[in-house]
Order: sequence, then C-alpha cells, then structure tokens
Amino acid sequence: MNSTLLPNYSEASLRNFLKTLPPVDQVGASARVEMLATRSIKTSSKNWAIDLAIRMVDLTTLEGADTPGKVKALCAKAVYPDPTDLTVPSVGAICVYNDMVKIARDALDSGGGKHIPVAAVTTAFPSGRASMEVKIQDTKDAIANGAGEIDMVIDRGAFLAGNLGLVFDEIKTIKEVCGSDVHLKVILETGELVTLDNVRKASYLAMLAGADFIKTSTGKVAPAATAPVVYVMLEAVRDFYKMTGTRIGVKPAGGIRNTKDAIKQLVLVNEIAGPEWLDPSLFRIGASALLNDLLIQRMKMRDGYYASPNYVTLD
Amino acid sequence: MSNVNNFEYAPAPESSALVDIKSEYGLFINGKFVAPKSGKTFTTVNPATEEVLAKIAYAELADVNLAVTAARNAFVKTWSKMPAAERGKYLFRIARILQERSREFAVLETLDNGKPIRETRDTDIPLAAAHFFYHAGWADKLSYAGHGSNPKPYGVAAQIIPWNFPMLMLAWKIAPALATGNTVVLKPAETTPLTALLFAEVCQQAGLPAGVVNIVTGDGATGSHLVNHPGVDKVAFTGSTGVGKAIAKAIAGTKKSATLELGGKGANIVFEDAPIDEAVEGIVNGIFFNQGHVCCAGSRLLIQENVQDEVIEKLKNRMNLIRIGNPMDKNTDLGAINSSAQLGRIKDLAESGDIEGAMRWSPDCKLPTSGFWYPPTIFTGVSQSHRIAREEIFGPVLSVLTFRTPQEAIDKANNTPYGLSAGIWSDKGSRILWTAKRLRAGVIWANTFNKFDPASPFGGYKESGWGREGGRHGLSGYLKGQY
Repeated sequence: MNSTLLPNYSEASLRNFLKTLPPVDQVGASARVEMLATRSIKTSSKNWAIDLAIRMVDLTTLEGADTPGKVKALCAKAVYPDPTDLTVPSVGAICVYNDMVKIARDALDSGGGKHIPVAAVTTAFPSGRASMEVKIQDTKDAIANGAGEIDMVIDRGAFLAGNLGLVFDEIKTIKEVCGSDVHLKVILETGELVTLDNVRKASYLAMLAGADFIKTSTGKVAPAATAPVVYVMLEAVRDFYKMTGTRIGVKPAGGIRNTKDAIKQLVLVNEIAGPEWLDPSLFRIGASALLNDLLIQRMKMRDGYYASPNYVTLD
Repeated sequence: MSNVNNFEYAPAPESSALVDIKSEYGLFINGKFVAPKSGKTFTTVNPATEEVLAKIAYAELADVNLAVTAARNAFVKTWSKMPAAERGKYLFRIARILQERSREFAVLETLDNGKPIRETRDTDIPLAAAHFFYHAGWADKLSYAGHGSNPKPYGVAAQIIPWNFPMLMLAWKIAPALATGNTVVLKPAETTPLTALLFAEVCQQAGLPAGVVNIVTGDGATGSHLVNHPGVDKVAFTGSTGVGKAIAKAIAGTKKSATLELGGKGANIVFEDAPIDEAVEGIVNGIFFNQGHVCCAGSRLLIQENVQDEVIEKLKNRMNLIRIGNPMDKNTDLGAINSSAQLGRIKDLAESGDIEGAMRWSPDCKLPTSGFWYPPTIFTGVSQSHRIAREEIFGPVLSVLTFRTPQEAIDKANNTPYGLSAGIWSDKGSRILWTAKRLRAGVIWANTFNKFDPASPFGGYKESGWGREGGRHGLSGYLKGQY
C-alpha cells in the first residue's frame, strides 16, 4: 500500500487522485495494439516466448461441474504439461474454486508440484454479490486450505455507482486477510467496466489498495482480456512503478486460447510495461485451452511438423 | 530456455525473391516499354544497402515528346470517347490487380525506397489500391460531383511525384486523372522509379488502352521538359516548395492549370487534458512514420508547458523502443533515409539546431554501417526563430516548443509560411473544434495523426500548395467545371 500518493484514503481523496489520471483515447489505444500485433516472432524468440508463456499459465478450471477427479488431472498436467518431454516447464499456478483448493494442493504436493501455487477465486466469485463477512470468510477458507494466491473480484456495481471508497476498502480488507505471504490478484471484470478510462481508474484503485496483481476478467463475462484493456493495465503498472517504486503484476484471463494470442500478449508486456514484467512473478495468463496449443507449437518448433492433437493430453 | 528477461525479436525478413527486378527498364510509352532515344540510363539503388537495383532509362525531350503525343492520341481517339462506366471498369481492374500483387509491390517499394516493409505492406500499397477503388466509383458519377452537370477533362495531365510515397503518390495522381477522363504522362522520382514501372506492367495486365498511362523516368530536367511541353493541359506536382514555385512560374500565362502539393511544417499541439499515452504515440507516428519523409509530418511539437516534462519523458521512453534497421524485417519501425543527398540535408539542418542552442536527444541505437541512416531525434528548447522550427527537415527530427494558452498555440502553429497539416490532442471536444477553426492548415487531425483516406481531401494553405487531392474536392483538379 502506498501512502506517498494520497493524503488519506477517504472517498474524496481517492476521487481526486483518479481525476488526475490522463484520459485514454480508445481509437489511439486500439491503433497501438493493432500495430504491436504485427510484430513477427520467429525461431529462437518464438521458442523462448513459448516456454515463458507456459510458465505464465494459471491453469484454470472454474466450472460448476468441477470434481476432485477433474482437478487432480489438471494438477498432474500443471506439473508435467508434456510427460514425454521433461524440458517443458511447469505452469505458473493452478486456479480453482475455493472448495477445490485442498484437493489441488494435495494433488500437487504428492505429484511433484510443491513449487506450484494454488490460486483460489474468492469474494463470491464471479459476481462479487455477497456481504463483506462472507467475502472475508471465503478468502480465509481458501488460505486455510492452502491457497497461495487469491483471485478476488471487485464490486463492479459499487464502482459504477461511484462508491470508490467501498471498492477500495474491500480490496484493502482482503489484502489484510491475505497478509504478505499470499498474493492478491484483483479482478476488475473489465467487460463490465466497459470504457478504457474506467479500466485505468479501477487499475489504480486496486494498486493503491494493495493488489499484488491486477487481473482483467473472471472469464464469465465477454469481452474478457481484449488487447486494448491489457494495454491500459500494462501502462498503469508501468506508471505506478515510476510513482512508487513498486511493481504490480498483470493477469489477462479469458479469450487467450492459442499461441499466437499468447505471444501477442508477451509483445504487449515487452513494449508497454517493459521487459522486467516478462516473468511469471509479474505476468500470468489465465487459461485452460491455451496450454495445449502452446505444447503443440512447441513440438512443431522442435520437430518441424505439427503433431496430431492426440499427442497432447486432454488434461 | 533463457533466464534473461530479454525478448529479442529474431530477424523476420520478408523475402526479396517475391519480386523479379529486371536489370534494365525502358520508358513506358503508348502501352509498350521502349528504349530512350539517347540510350542514356541511370541507376536506382537500395538506400538501405547502397546496392544497385536496376538501370533505368533516362528520358530527354525527344522521349517526352513521344509520351505526350501518345497521351494526346489516346485522349482524342479512345479515352475521351469511352463511356464513363467503361473507364470505371479499368480502374476497378487496376485496383484489384494491385491488391492481388500487393506483396510484390510492398517488397519492391521497400527495396527501392528504404521504408519498412510494415509500412509498405500495411499503409502504402493498401491505400494505393483504395484510391483506385474509390475513384473507379466516381468515373460515371462526375455529373454529381458538384462541378456542373457535364464537367469535362482537361486532356493530357503531366504528373510529377516524389520519392517519399512512390506508389501511393502515383495512385493519388493517376486514379483521379483517369476517372475524370484525362490521360497521363507520369514521371516518378529519380531515386524511386521501380514501383511506377511495375505499375506500367499492371496497366498492360489490365488491358488499359495504349497511351492512356505513360511513364517517363529521369531527373529534374525530364520533369522540366514535361511541365513546359505545349501538349500538356494540366500539371500535377507533389514535391518541394522550391520546385513548386518554379513550376508555377513556368506555366504562368499558358493554358495549363496546376495542382501543387508542396512542403509543410506541421504543428502537433498537445493540450494539458490530452490522452497523454496516445498523444505520445501520435507524436511518434507524426514524425517518425516513413523516416519523417512526409510532407504533412508533425515536425513541430507544441506542448502545453505544464505537461511538458511528462510528455517528454514518455516520448523518450517510447523512442527507446523504435526498432531501426533492415527495412525488409517485419519488425522494423524506422528504415533508411532515401538518399545520401537527403541525409546530407537532414544532417545540415540538425546541426543548425545544435548551433542555435536547442538540445538534441536520440535513443541509443546502432545504425547499420552501409546505406543511409539517421537516428530518431528530438530537439527540446526550440524557439520559433530557430531554423529547425521554420524549415522543413523531411527527416526523423522533431522540434519541441511549448505554449501557455490555447491562443498562443494557434499563433505559433500558424506562424509559418506553410499550412499543410496540424494535429490537436485534447479530451475536450469544444477545445478541439475551437482550435481546428483557427488553424490555417489543409488537414487537421484530432487525437490521431498521419491518417489518410481516399475520400478525404488533402492539400495545403499558403506555400504548401494549390488544390486538393482525394475526395470530391480532388476531382476538381482534373475537371473543367461547367456551372
């Protein structure tokens, strides 16, 4: 948390601070990301980017139909994404609902994945519509069961109604529950904030309140991690670092399904936030289908031809 | 796997094998490639490597005579008699062929001009095709263009184009001329003739009647023969203000009318309430697009003084990311300067900035050892009286000035003999409109820069030229209106 930027965290001082942020021009932002999407990443850089992207994947299952069996299978995949090639790195984290945290933690610990954290979605994910007591308890449960990372949602209704203090306080409270050992990712649900100006403001609100990561989406709302949204969030963490000396991470989630999209994200990170953010400690990609495409492309780079999808495991 | 956080983009070169460059090119007269009467040739080089690309025919008066005669014959016998809808079909056909062969054109343009393949591929060639499509649609609707019920073509148009956007400028010239029923003798720039000669092949491929388009290659003397030729009815020129003035003098008192697109010293005005990150992007686009070889470049940056530090810091950070080098690499942002002569002019003017006390800054960048290169450069602390604030540099060099009030911004922006382009950066709609109304510039962009569309007229105030190109307005340059 940063006391340097604000005199206090009253609603008025938050509002005044957010007003000092420059506006975002939607057309210009889109033009910039379209230009960066033309970067051509080949040969050695592609190999490097694919392995980095694998290390950045938060391998996710967030379904009502999730079962212990499904989660255990995903954990096995997280540790050894390609069991035939042990040079493939493990993914960044496993991301599950609160009640699956313990199952995932145990599966990882017993399957050689002690180094992989479990991220839990809490605070009445995905809508965030619950009392603060419930949100706190939701988070406490997850941590007690072994979650090393918490993906919380903000109260978009409060943000859109202008209750910035409420949004701020919720994030701050959840960060206090997390403490310094558990990483807090704050989901802005940009598909519901709609404008890039809102994305910028919500990013700063979350960073000021103590977020370790800002995350685009729950994956339950479309559009999710669009390139202009990620661009604005990467600018926010870059400029916040200049103001405070603290580096906040970014996690796009939802809609990044293939290697090409993942590499486009890495190009954005490289040219907007800067190369320091090209690390799983500062950039994650929330995804499920993406991992298999990364593996197929990795095999293609190694062998020179595309393998049948039967050569990568379902989960 | 590397542990270094360094996303070095591996080389991603486009293949030069996509084009078949002949060792020698003739003049394109009356539908055929012919040798010049004198047998003289000159060479065109790749400015990124200084390698010779081809020998080019040098047209003298005798050749220009043949070309103008061919254009006259085609006008009288074929083109002026053809139903307008048929003319339109030829333009549609050319447009489609340009699209089909766009990769070939992009590669050839990059090799001959030195500009990055990303720009030729994504801007120059698609826009050139768009100009033909746009004007194809006008061919049979000229009665509704606001130039009277039955406007007539001039006849033979002499067209002289510059080296900064060879193919795009060709399209800006040839598409409206043909759509309105004129025939053409076009002279491409001495240093960049190759895409025009490939376009001649496209004319053959499209079955365009012989003599409707003629292309003569050469230097300033060739252009002078063309402008002064008594068989020419209309002159269209894009290039320097100096040459434009000479052309205006040469045709004074003749039947010829002229469209002139000349120099500029565009002001890019950043107000305190601007979307700063996108403004920085627009500044970079305004001056470093096409190595700054853009007549409408935003070469003067006017920043409201209270946001100067923030804008300059972000601009410098952004400039650190500009990728300079092999123009054929798909990741290159800034290519080669088109010629050693142009490089010399840029160096001279930039040195005057040093001497007059402005502060120079460039990012650390390794320039290739062969070819013509200049790093992206900004000068801060520039005054209105400095040469770099007044003269067109036509290179990747930006002069930064400040202002305190909107009126001061207007006064400084207009304090130039030029009046081609300007940019306004503000989130406040009323301020954008207030400013745009007072700027004396032919093209004004708000919260963007260097965006072009065939439907939008382009041209200058004051010494930036006469007339407009593109849009309904541009047609008037090639039509004798009957009101």
